[in-house]
Amino acid sequence: MNQPMIRVRDLRKSFPARRVLDGVSFDVAQGEAFVIIGGSGSGKSVTLKCILGLIRPDAGEIMIDGTAIRPADPGDMARFGMLFQGGALFDSLAVWENVAFRQIHTGALSRTHARDSACETLGLVGLGEDVADLFPAELSGGMMKRVALARAISSRPDIVFLDEPTTGLDPIMADVINDLIVQVSRRLGITTISITHDMTSARKIADRIAMLHDGRLVWQGSAADIDRSGSAHVDQFINGRADGPISMSVLRP
Amino acid sequence: MDDHSVLARGSTLLAAGRMNPLASIGATFLAFLAGTGRIVLFAALGLASCVTPPWHVRNIGRQIVDIGYYSLPVVGLTAIFTGMVLALQSYTGFSRFEAENAIAGIVVLSVTRELGPVLAGLMVAGRVGAAMAAEIGTMRVTEQIDALTTLQASPRRYLVAPRLIAATLTLPVLVLVADVIGVMGGYLVSIHKLGFNPSVYLASTIDILEPIDVISGLVKAAVFGFLVALTGCYHGWNSRRGAQGVGQATTLAVVSGSILILTFNYIVTEIFFSR
Repeated sequence: MNQPMIRVRDLRKSFPARRVLDGVSFDVAQGEAFVIIGGSGSGKSVTLKCILGLIRPDAGEIMIDGTAIRPADPGDMARFGMLFQGGALFDSLAVWENVAFRQIHTGALSRTHARDSACETLGLVGLGEDVADLFPAELSGGMMKRVALARAISSRPDIVFLDEPTTGLDPIMADVINDLIVQVSRRLGITTISITHDMTSARKIADRIAMLHDGRLVWQGSAADIDRSGSAHVDQFINGRADGPISMSVLRP
Repeated sequence: MDDHSVLARGSTLLAAGRMNPLASIGATFLAFLAGTGRIVLFAALGLASCVTPPWHVRNIGRQIVDIGYYSLPVVGLTAIFTGMVLALQSYTGFSRFEAENAIAGIVVLSVTRELGPVLAGLMVAGRVGAAMAAEIGTMRVTEQIDALTTLQASPRRYLVAPRLIAATLTLPVLVLVADVIGVMGGYLVSIHKLGFNPSVYLASTIDILEPIDVISGLVKAAVFGFLVALTGCYHGWNSRRGAQGVGQATTLAVVSGSILILTFNYIVTEIFFSR
């Protein structure tokens, strides 16, 4: 790999009660779909938020195209899109205003043109113009995810972050969302970093997969190699076994 | 020392306080100082967002309608009954000294200087401060505030500044309306129940009223508006996860907003009227 688009080195983050990230390092190439898997509380969301600049890491280096990112800097944010786990759509705004929020807010488009642009982006995620004037409270879970995906890609960013893109969806709708992610990111040439614990989703959308456990990456490699990773952690996780090196603090009956 | 280290130090002292009561007092004092520092910093950053562009005019307009227009019924009702009770109570008290003629003055001064701004402020704290804390708190726990940042919008400019500006501008207008309605309430009771002469009552009201009485009330209203929006936004912004966190933020917004209104009522009164 030449210079990676995203380079993360020795990322560390602790909260008062516990250490969440303990030296996470990885590279993501331009146009690559990189997926981080791991159990709840393994530090996936914190990793994503550190790269986005929403959380300031205690130590480590995050470079985009060889330049260190600045926390929550609007200039850096212009290159990013983010699909939040729960959608994080703005309740008080109509669907089209949510999708075109960035263009309206930055003054890139007038409201009239922003609506047309939003409808076009909604089309990319399989939603018609009839959805544009609805409010988030009127949408089903699957529609909400699609609108959130549309908002993430509406400004045609270089990098899109996806936080548990299929959580809370039925298997068929989850597959529809996975297909959309693959199609849209390939069509627009977007680099994606996703975090998920849904292995079906990870296998479908990933070029490369890394597994996070206890704040460290215990394995990373090609998505095609995940079944022969040689990592006991990965084997336990992808097969969903209770017994193995990953122990859950659950009281046994 | 950052927030976490102050709180950690506070927790250590609190644990020691089980044996030493002085440590417990120290922990409470440190926590109070940390809390005060946080809200002052939040206010300073919010103010900076208010006075520098860009301004979200659409959001400011929406907040003005929400805070001003929709608070009119509750503020109006509070004002009219306060004016009516004031006239009635003053009459029963002052008639013992044959000082009934002072009632018009008592009503208009009490309403414009004190009761109009304070009661309107408390009503708005209950209605608007709670709503702000609930809305921003829900946005915090559903990651909508993070989403704003990722969409190149400063959450302070988009959420906090419009509320601070709208509340500070709108509450004086609300209080002006409350002043008129409150005085009218006193007038209605004085004329129709206590048998005062309408023209004499109105003349007394106008004679005793000076611009500073109304101005001081409006300045108080602007301060109270800022405080209500500040506490609503602050507690919503720092809301903890879950329904309980948002509920607690709402309660804290109303309680701290009300306490700050009463505290600053004294401070502003002292500034205007102490000799």
